[in-house]
Amino acid sequence: MKNFIKKFESYAFVSPLLVFVALFVLIPIIGSIWTSMFRDVTFLKMKFIFLDNYGDLLRDEGFWKSLRFTLLFIAVTVPLELIIGTAFAVVLDLKIPFRGLLRACVLVPWAIPSAISAKIWELVYNYSYGLANYILLSTGLSEAPVNWIGTDIGAFTTVVVADVWKTAPFVALLVLAGLQSVPSDLRLQAKIDRANFVQTFFLITLPLLKPVLLVSLLFRTIDSLRVFDVIYVLTHGGPGGATTSVSLYAYKYFLGGDFGYGSAISVLLFLVAFVMSVFYIKVSKFQDNL
Amino acid sequence: MKIEIKNIQKEFKTIGKESVSVLKDINLEMKDGEFFVLLGPSGCGKSTLLNIIAGLENPTGGQLIFDGEVVASENKSECMPPKERNVAMVFQTYALYPHLSVYENIAFPLKIAKMDKSEIDRQVRKSAEILHITNHIDSKPSELSGGERQRVAIARAIVRKPRVLLFDEPLSNLDAQLRTATRIELKKLQRELGITTVYVTHDQVEAMTLGDRVAVLKDGYVQQVDSAINLYEKPANKFVAGFIGFPNMNLFDVEVSKEQEKFYIQFEKDRFYFDPAAVEVGTKYCMGIRPADIEVTDDNENVLKGKIDTMELLGKEVLLYVSSNNMEFSIFTAKKNFKENQEINFRFDQSKIHFFKK
Ligand SMILES: Nc1ncnc2c1ncn2[C@@H]1O[C@H](COP(=O)(O)OP(=O)(O)OP(=O)(O)O)[C@@H](O)[C@H]1O
Ligand SMILES: [Mg+2]
Repeated sequence: MKNFIKKFESYAFVSPLLVFVALFVLIPIIGSIWTSMFRDVTFLKMKFIFLDNYGDLLRDEGFWKSLRFTLLFIAVTVPLELIIGTAFAVVLDLKIPFRGLLRACVLVPWAIPSAISAKIWELVYNYSYGLANYILLSTGLSEAPVNWIGTDIGAFTTVVVADVWKTAPFVALLVLAGLQSVPSDLRLQAKIDRANFVQTFFLITLPLLKPVLLVSLLFRTIDSLRVFDVIYVLTHGGPGGATTSVSLYAYKYFLGGDFGYGSAISVLLFLVAFVMSVFYIKVSKFQDNL
Repeated sequence: MKIEIKNIQKEFKTIGKESVSVLKDINLEMKDGEFFVLLGPSGCGKSTLLNIIAGLENPTGGQLIFDGEVVASENKSECMPPKERNVAMVFQTYALYPHLSVYENIAFPLKIAKMDKSEIDRQVRKSAEILHITNHIDSKPSELSGGERQRVAIARAIVRKPRVLLFDEPLSNLDAQLRTATRIELKKLQRELGITTVYVTHDQVEAMTLGDRVAVLKDGYVQQVDSAINLYEKPANKFVAGFIGFPNMNLFDVEVSKEQEKFYIQFEKDRFYFDPAAVEVGTKYCMGIRPADIEVTDDNENVLKGKIDTMELLGKEVLLYVSSNNMEFSIFTAKKNFKENQEINFRFDQSKIHFFKK
C-alpha cells in the first residue's frame, strides 16, 4: 500500500507536465499523421486515401527540390556556424578587456526573434536603399546595385548569412561553456611542454571540445532541418522556389488549403528529425558515461 | 643549472580590489643538481614562486637568473616565456591530457619539439621504463590509479631532459603508504638524473626527507634556508621552530634573570636554573624546547612541577600534555605507567633550549 502511494505520488508530480506534453506535442503529432492519410482539401469532401499522399509526395519534383535545398542549406550553414561560433568562443575565453560585455553582445543576435532579425537583413539587402548595396557602390566594388534576392545564388547567400549571423552565437555559447570546463592546468601544462597557442588549441583544447562540438552539430542540424522564419521573411522561398525549405513547402500547401498533403510533408520531416533526435539523445547519454 | 632568485616580488592586482603582495622579497640560490624544497603553510605563495620560475607568472619585482642569464624580472621584455626556459613541471593534479594515451602524453613535449619519430619512441620507452609504467603505455589516463598517473606525469617531465624540474605538491593526492614509497623513489630518481629540482610542499616530513636544502616561506619572506637537520636543530626564528618537527615545539615567552652568577627563568611558581647560553639578562625571549628534550624525573631539584592532563600513545613513546605554572607543555618520552591527573616533575635538556629574540 505504501509502495503504491509512493508510486502514485511520483506520477502525480509529473502529471501536469505529461498533460502539457500530450496536449501540445503528442496530440498534434498523431493528428498530423491521421490527417496525412486523408484527402483533406478545403471545399472538398474528406476521403480516406491511406498512403496516397505519400506516394504523390515521392513523385513531386517540388518536394524533392525543397528537400535538396534544405540539405544544401544545412550543409553550408551548420559548418559555418560551428567554425564561426568556435572562433568567437575562443576569443571570448581569452583574457581580454570588457570580456563580460563582449560576451553579452555576441549573444544579442541569438536573443532577437528570428522574424525580426530577418527583417533587419531584409533592410540590409534591399535593392535600392540597403546597406549591402550602399557599401558595394560607395567602395566601388560594384558598378551597379546587386539584386541580392533576385538570383538563386544571391537569395541562397542572403538566407545563409542571416541564419549564420543568428545562430553562430548559440554555438559560441555552448563551446564557451565547453572551453571553460577544460581544466586550466592542461593549458598551463601545454605551455610548459612548449606548445604555442595554435598547437595548444588544435592538439589539446579542440579534442577535448569534441563532445560539445558533436552536440552542437546535431542540435544545429535538427534545428536547421525545419528552417522557416528567416526564409519566409527574406525571400518567401523564391526566386522560383530556389530557397523553399521543406517546412516552407508544407506551409504553402496548408495555405492553399491542402491539409492532407501538407501534413504528409510535415510527417516526413518529423520522421527525419525524430531519427536524428534519437541519435542525439544516444550521443549525449554516451557523453555522460565518459 | 644554477638558479638565482634575487629580491623577487609578486603582487596580484585585481580590478576593484586591494592588491595583495604575496611575495615581498625572496632571495634564494639553488645549486646545480640540487634537490631544493620550498616549504610553507598553505597560501604562503609557494606555488606562485614556482610559477614564476616556470614562467607561468611574471614577477613584479626582482630578478630570476638561470646560469647567469636573466630569465625574468619586473621588466616584461626580459621575461622569457616558458617555451624558451626548458623547464618541466609536475602539477598537483598531474595535468595529464585526458584524450591522449600514456604513450602520447609522454611523447607530447617531444612531438612539439619536432623530434623524429624513432627518437621519440626510444625516449618515451626509456622514460616509461624508468618509472615502471611500460605496461600501461597504451592506457588512457582515466584508466590509471593515482600513483600511476603521477608516474606518467613525472615521465613526461623528465623525457625531454629539462634544465629544471619543478614539482608542485605532486604527492598530496596519494595515500600515505604510496606517498612514502614514491618519496624515496623520487629522491633516487633525482640523484640519478642530476637535474636541478625545485619541489613545493606544505608537508614538513616530505621536505625533510627529500630536500638537500629546504627554504621555509612565510608572509612573503624566506624565513630560513638550510639543510633539514639544521632547520630542526637550529631554527632561525620562532616560526620555523614551531613549524618544523613533530610533535610541535613548546614555545613560550620568558625573561632571563640572573642571581649570583646563575641564570634562571622564573615561571609562575617554579624557577629553572640553566647554564648561560647566548642570552642577555632582562631581555624578553620566546623560549623553545622540543617535547623530546624534556625529561620526566623523580628529582625535586631544579624541576618544574605539573599535572598530566591527557596523553597520546605513539608506539613505544608517549606524548604527555602537562599543565604546569599555568602553561601547557607537551612532553615526548618513553612509555611508563603514566596516568591522567598524575603529578610529575620535569626538566629541560639545557643544551636544547632555544631562545628567540622577540
Ligand atoms: N591570480 C591570482 N590573483 C590574486 N591572488 C592570487 C592569485 N594567485 C594566487 N593568489 C593569492 O596568492 C596567495 C598565495 O597563493 P599560492 O597558490 O602561491 O599559495 P601556496 O603557498 O601554493 O598555497 P597552497 O599550499 O594552498 O597551494 C594566496 O593567498 C592566493 O589567494
Ligand atoms: Mg600551491
